[in-house]
Amino acid sequence: MDVSDESLALAAAKGDRAAFAALLERVYDRLFALAFRLTGSRAEAEDLTQDICAALPAKLRSFQGQAKVTTWLYRVAVNAAHDRRRRQTTHARAAEGWGDWETNRRAANDEDARKIIGLQTMIRALPNDLRDTLALVLDDLTHAQAADILGVSEGTVSWRISEAKTRLRKMKEGIE
Amino acid sequence: MSDDLDDLKDLMQAATPQADPARKAENLVLAQKNFDDLQGSKDKRRLSSVRSDKGLFRGVIHMFANFPLRGALVSSTAIVAVAMIAVFPQFSGDSVSNGPLGGLTSFSGNSSQETQVELSGDAEQAILGQGSDSPDIHTDLDVEFEPGLAETVVVEEAAEISLDAVEMRARPSAQPVARSAPRGLAPALTAEPAIIAPEINTETFANADDNPLKVTAEDPVSTFSIDVDTASYAVVRNSLMAGRLPPVEAVRIEEMINYFPYDYAAPQTGQAFRPTVSVTNTPWNEGTQLVHIALQGAQVTERPPLNLVFLIDTSGSMNQANKLPLLKQSFRLMLGQLRPEDEVSIVTYAGSAGRVLDPTPARERAKILAALEALDAGGSTAGQAGLQQAYATAAEMAEDGQVSRVILATDGDFNVGLSDPEALKDYIADKRDSGTYLSVLGFGRGNLDDATMQALAQNGNGTASYIDTLSEAQKVLVDQLSGALFPIADDVKIQVEWNPAAVAEYRLIGYETRALKREDFNNDKVDAGDIGAGHQVTAIYEVTPVGSDARLTDPLRYGAATEGRDPSELGFLRLRHKTPGVEESQLIETPILADMDEISQDARFGIAIAGFGQILRGSDLMGDWSIDDAIGLATDTRGTDPFGYRQEAIGLMRLASSLTD
Repeated sequence: MDVSDESLALAAAKGDRAAFAALLERVYDRLFALAFRLTGSRAEAEDLTQDICAALPAKLRSFQGQAKVTTWLYRVAVNAAHDRRRRQTTHARAAEGWGDWETNRRAANDEDARKIIGLQTMIRALPNDLRDTLALVLDDLTHAQAADILGVSEGTVSWRISEAKTRLRKMKEGIE
Repeated sequence: MSDDLDDLKDLMQAATPQADPARKAENLVLAQKNFDDLQGSKDKRRLSSVRSDKGLFRGVIHMFANFPLRGALVSSTAIVAVAMIAVFPQFSGDSVSNGPLGGLTSFSGNSSQETQVELSGDAEQAILGQGSDSPDIHTDLDVEFEPGLAETVVVEEAAEISLDAVEMRARPSAQPVARSAPRGLAPALTAEPAIIAPEINTETFANADDNPLKVTAEDPVSTFSIDVDTASYAVVRNSLMAGRLPPVEAVRIEEMINYFPYDYAAPQTGQAFRPTVSVTNTPWNEGTQLVHIALQGAQVTERPPLNLVFLIDTSGSMNQANKLPLLKQSFRLMLGQLRPEDEVSIVTYAGSAGRVLDPTPARERAKILAALEALDAGGSTAGQAGLQQAYATAAEMAEDGQVSRVILATDGDFNVGLSDPEALKDYIADKRDSGTYLSVLGFGRGNLDDATMQALAQNGNGTASYIDTLSEAQKVLVDQLSGALFPIADDVKIQVEWNPAAVAEYRLIGYETRALKREDFNNDKVDAGDIGAGHQVTAIYEVTPVGSDARLTDPLRYGAATEGRDPSELGFLRLRHKTPGVEESQLIETPILADMDEISQDARFGIAIAGFGQILRGSDLMGDWSIDDAIGLATDTRGTDPFGYRQEAIGLMRLASSLTD
């Protein structure tokens, strides 16, 4: 008997309440961090995490231990991010995002933080597929793992990463 | 990997903010609520499997092992901190509100100053250079853990001690309290207002779009299989009783109509069933008529001995008052109806699948009841393994002249093995030829997989019923036991050819999931529904006579001429059925005449139900006819209603009426 994430997830999939609570507690912050990288905004990340939490119990039923929980969760998160973007047909959210950006900008005083905000803005400016790929790879996943989660080939992941880097570099040059 | 990506990663990690503690608490509550809803109850006594009792630290170790090497040392403090908070509930309340749960991502940029100092050189290097803009510094971690012993050690030494040491030190104190962790969190979490969760439901229902209106001149033949299931009515009732309209796809009109007993003419001796056809004006449409086709199955007086294999789902999800306990009560009722020479066996499927009662004559009541009582829910659901064993048991019990039936009782979820209805279907269809019938009893809501239930019962030559109350169990398992268990006609198919000279348009109400191809009617290889002893089946067509104002399509200018044909026959009814055990089907034919007998008052109740069902499905062909009209019609035609079924239906219509207002 071991309590790996996988066994917790399997127990939870079968209706074990305590296992579900323990699992979610374990992974929540990690999920949030990924959500932040996928959305590039704190408010959006909070909402996306909420979407994932709401849907997780139902999704979990299909978890059959065929993948690592983290891999599986990342897939759920990426899909939830896709769904969310699809739903955002108006610009209302984007406007809020800028409000968020402004708050961040005012809160930031030192050089480092300004760099960070520049980075966030730049990352938000990336196309969705590049941003998703980058978010996963920045979260210490290998290209192969990211490819598995996104359902694309490893080569595509590598290409997207280099493309994202190129674009970020160009944006950076544009700013400086 | 190139340096700029690493820089990016460091920047990104520094940029990642802390999850908002309040939102986190809300989200955890939301997730837990949805989780509970999904289990079909708010039951807090959910059995936890052995796994969760065995100390969370194993999992921590596992995570260590799986963690990317880089940053593992740094992250260890954060992980241990999370685990500790889970383990010592007395601290967790504070920690949630303060938000230092830290978590797996906080290790990089936001680690506490104190822990940093204690980290080894390498780890320090990893942290240095990363911005620490977050004011959310975790100095309180140490403070929190002070009352304990093991945890202080762990936090301080995490950077140096080996994984084994963590396991050894942490475990003794962690294990005994680990299982209370989630409860420990609850008070702090529930203090936040719960968010309204979007509806999440895993129920799936078998259904199809409404049968379309057909133009007789183009498509004069309608073919379908009969259906004696009643599960849909019980699901509809359950939804309405819970104060919400049933999901449209859960409404199968033929099952609602066939739920009720009617006073149809009995077949003559030697006949398996008797069809009665009548024609009446449509209550919801002045210009059309309803053709009402009723089949009454013969009653059995002398029945052969019966072999019953109860195949009982004892998965964890069955552990609710309206599931396993109701099932036990239901079977106890049923046992009273069996004869001493009937045989009963019980097979369970779950983590501990197996035969819990060998074939036992019904006269040994005490033994059967004891086995039934001993059933306990727990473990996973592996439907197919159980099915195989149940069929094997049935084959073992079978003797010449006996009827064998597997009765599958489940909350509908086959979450291990063949979860694809199509694959299960094939398996059951294979087994059907062994002469063993299969009936499915569904219990509980929230988890009900109606599509699988239907797939099993339809392909196992059986019926699917949904049991939500003891009185429903009484109806299905006691009052209609003989019908549920003794087939008198197999593969009953109905084909109606409409006369284009008399009927311009027609549509079949209900039976969407039972449609057959025209050529399937004469093909005895094609499976169809079965009629049990005393079963009644009703099918209703709405037909538009030629020349009626209610016609929805324009007649074709260049269509085939229908002049000269006899318009007194509306159509021609063909019925095929097989005597159980016989391969070849028999054909019954009868014309449907325009001046057929007016439908009996008793049978008109079925029309009220048909109208009600169509409104629930959101049909656009009902005109101004409302649920209140259905209530009026049902009340007028209620009759003696000895079991109170019809009165109950009227009550449901009232509920639905107020819910739609």
